[in-house]
Amino acid sequence: MFATAYAIPDVLVFAAAALFILMGAIGVISMKNPVHSALSLILALLGVALAFLAQSADFLAAVEVIVYAGAIVVLFLFVIMFLGVDSSRHPHVEPLVGQRWLAAVGVLVTVAGVITLMVNSHWVSGVLSASTGGTPLATGYQNVTQLGDSVFTTYLLAFEATAGLLIIAVVGAVLLARRERPAEDDVEVEVEATRFDEPVAENDETTEEVEQ
Amino acid sequence: MTTIPASWYLVLAAVLFGIGAFGVLTRRSALIMFMCIELMLNAVNLTFVTFARTMSDIGGQTTVFFIMVVAAAEVTVGLGIVVAVFRRRSSTSVDELTELQG
Repeated sequence: MFATAYAIPDVLVFAAAALFILMGAIGVISMKNPVHSALSLILALLGVALAFLAQSADFLAAVEVIVYAGAIVVLFLFVIMFLGVDSSRHPHVEPLVGQRWLAAVGVLVTVAGVITLMVNSHWVSGVLSASTGGTPLATGYQNVTQLGDSVFTTYLLAFEATAGLLIIAVVGAVLLARRERPAEDDVEVEVEATRFDEPVAENDETTEEVEQ
Repeated sequence: MTTIPASWYLVLAAVLFGIGAFGVLTRRSALIMFMCIELMLNAVNLTFVTFARTMSDIGGQTTVFFIMVVAAAEVTVGLGIVVAVFRRRSSTSVDELTELQG
């Protein structure tokens, strides 16, 4: 049906991306085990990377896989393992009566409203790049060149600001995850204890040497 | 033979955003809620990339680049908060965090 209007490979790529995204997203919110949710998140992120790739955002697709599916999901898994897999002991208890239904209705209304708005707006009804007067975005290496030019010229100030943001985030995370004050005292006591142990050990060695 | 219209990707992004929002509203574990927030961020990223292609403007992709940086920082600090809360309360369930009322 669609093959007459659109190239079959494009349709297949979109179908695969949509399948990955929807399966992964539903897996994230339905799995009881947090580890399974994190693995489903990887599937959804790979689907998003595929959609990026199909839309000539090659660099962002690579960054999506490396940063999101790589670093961020590994961070999630690290924290899950660190805290212990408690699998959220009461996953299906509803403290608020009807919360699930209200959430479903609200989300459905919101998504349906957004889609209706998009359908009724002329700027999303399938106007392609060639008809807007501009040339289509470049793919492959040229995409990296375009993006790099844009980041380091037009958005240079924002780029520098992100450097500061990352440093602040790292320092904040270290401060938040640091142990409490009593634990530090314990460490100092242990260090002092080892200091007292060392001369004793040396004395033992000297006595052994004397005995020899 | 034309390329896939932008509306397909936009509807997909809207559905992904809805699934993420439903997860944030219904799940109890703070970790799962963070993952759902990531889903919603990715839906917005997909929208930006779709409009960048439609409008032939690299600015959309640049915005996604910055969103990714901010999302990485947000996850770092957020998971630090989750670890700190877990040390104090031995739980990541948001229903048990009732001390900050008022």
